[in-house]
Amino acid sequence: MNGIKKTGRLINTDQLRDIYYYMNSREKILAAIKKSQPAPRELPVLDFPLPDDMDAQEKFIAVLSSIGGAAHTVGSYDEIQLLINREYNDAARIISLVPEIESRGQYFEPGTNPHLLEDVDLAVIKAQFGVAENAAVWITDDMLPERVLSFITQNLAVVLHRRDILQLMHQAYERIGGRDYGFGVFIAGPSKTADIEQSLVLGAHGSRTMRIFILQS
Amino acid sequence: MNNGDKDHAALAQQFNRDEPRVNWHDETLWWVRAKRDKAAHTIPGWEHLRETASRIKNNVLSNMYGYLQQFEENARKNGVIVHWAADAGEHNEIVCGILQKHGINKMVKSKSMLTEECHLNDYLQQNGIEVIDTDLGERIVQLAKEPPSHIVLPCIHKKKEEIGELFHEHLGTPEGNADPQFLTHAARLHLREKFLTRRAALTGVNFAIAETGEFVVCTNEGNADMGAHLADVHIACMGFEKLLPQRKHLGVFLRLLARSATGQPITTYSSHFKKPRKGQEMHIVLVDNGRSVQLGREDFRNSLKCIRCGACMNTCPVYRRSGGHSYHTAVAGPIGSILAPNLDMRKYADLPFASTLCGSCSNVCPVKIDIHDQLYKWRQVLMKEGYGPAAKKLAMKGMTFTLSNPGVYRFAGKTGRWVMGKMPFIVNNKLNPWYKQREMPEPPAQSFNEWYKKNRKAD
Repeated sequence: MNGIKKTGRLINTDQLRDIYYYMNSREKILAAIKKSQPAPRELPVLDFPLPDDMDAQEKFIAVLSSIGGAAHTVGSYDEIQLLINREYNDAARIISLVPEIESRGQYFEPGTNPHLLEDVDLAVIKAQFGVAENAAVWITDDMLPERVLSFITQNLAVVLHRRDILQLMHQAYERIGGRDYGFGVFIAGPSKTADIEQSLVLGAHGSRTMRIFILQS
Repeated sequence: MNNGDKDHAALAQQFNRDEPRVNWHDETLWWVRAKRDKAAHTIPGWEHLRETASRIKNNVLSNMYGYLQQFEENARKNGVIVHWAADAGEHNEIVCGILQKHGINKMVKSKSMLTEECHLNDYLQQNGIEVIDTDLGERIVQLAKEPPSHIVLPCIHKKKEEIGELFHEHLGTPEGNADPQFLTHAARLHLREKFLTRRAALTGVNFAIAETGEFVVCTNEGNADMGAHLADVHIACMGFEKLLPQRKHLGVFLRLLARSATGQPITTYSSHFKKPRKGQEMHIVLVDNGRSVQLGREDFRNSLKCIRCGACMNTCPVYRRSGGHSYHTAVAGPIGSILAPNLDMRKYADLPFASTLCGSCSNVCPVKIDIHDQLYKWRQVLMKEGYGPAAKKLAMKGMTFTLSNPGVYRFAGKTGRWVMGKMPFIVNNKLNPWYKQREMPEPPAQSFNEWYKKNRKAD
């Protein structure tokens, strides 16, 4: 402890400096907060009734198209494959994380180098569920072995079961519950920006298009 | 951009020189406000949602001590390195230290108002580290060497032609091309190269969850994710007030945030970072920088509930007509005006006066911060502490004297009416601040007092 000055700054080894320097601010901040924080206030109960007149799939499709995405209702994986073949005929590199859908061009070794995904034309991934009120789909890294894939790809296709369309975000978090993941993301439509004079442009840094195949079975 | 020592009124006057541009700015922001209204009105139970969010945040403020430690412990368990910064300087040192340890001298950064508040970019630049802002709007103002003028729409004050010129100069786009689609695509290519070559990425934090130690970053562009998932080192910086108790509370806040900000049902990406990916290093910097003081101010602590949606700016009649830069602080508009005096009363004494107190900000706030009440209360604190503008202090003293002496009051009223009627040039000139942008009213023929006396006699 000889190396510590009054301010908590340390001159000894780097490691010690890290520990004491930051510990000191930590204690300072926590002490100030303890002194400042007001008397305890109760957490409210989350009570949000579900809309009874909502057709979840219909709503999901309407919202998705309003945010620049496209939905296809399909009966089988074969049908999805046909649609992909038709829509992405000239794609050189397709990475599919859905076993029923074919990849094209060079595949990848998860956990090696995410930069090698730079030239992916289409990524096909499976969503755990979707949310009707905002057309977001939930994807976690157990289905997405390389996190950047769903962002770096030029086009994104997602497979979603109709039965997995929830109505509101509150249900979404009920469904997620206490599940563990390293990374999870809600994706709603293609990446977009309106930073230049509020003109909406699809395709900022993430995928330029987003297609969702809703399996009816 | 250096605004010198100009106050809000002087900077607003500068912005107001170009009247068509002010009108355009005003209308554009009002359009965003209208989109917010539409989004809010189409979901049932909006008010209940606001009330719930407000009460969750009240709970957070009242148990910040416990939640922060819980968050730290869980984040550590998740393999994240947690740092504590008492002020802006320490925050900057920590970030710089992490980069230097890895021998990194170039970094990408997604939107973080906290790093604007701490002036991180300048600090890193002085230490030989280049920062590229990757949000399109932020990249545009960075190229223009200006600070953002709005927390959600950083270059809302810029015309597309100006952006075209900037891109022509810095990115080599054809001269005269000001098409938003074209310019956005040029920025996409320009920034992809940065994402792929930078080993460190810094992001802000929208929400952090005490229960799980994860944090959520919301973007429409995908720039935070492109940076974080491609980099070896991810640094996330947050003011400690971003905490929420439990994961399920995100359901409430993600429903409110984008609807309040731009009228979208949700941002394109709501990314939940819990653990670093294999081989990656993840840091969280928890920052105080005056927040623990604000937490102790009973009248002003509610300002810490803010989720940075920008709705109060879009609706504010003063913000829309004076522009974000007139607030000379990282967070502009009504919310900025109640946050900034906490950091420096002298420097930001003008801001609580940059309001009509119409209350529209409080009405649209998704977490029900009593913004206009706080503006009013800050004025009282600032005058009492002696930070009020000199002219206002003098005028207030004059008012007190006049209003507490009936004889003086009657005399002043009479003189005023006579002057405005017979010699209007005495008040209709530049020396009278009230005459700026306004005509003086026609003086009435008599005061109410005179009228009352006369009519009472007639009875």
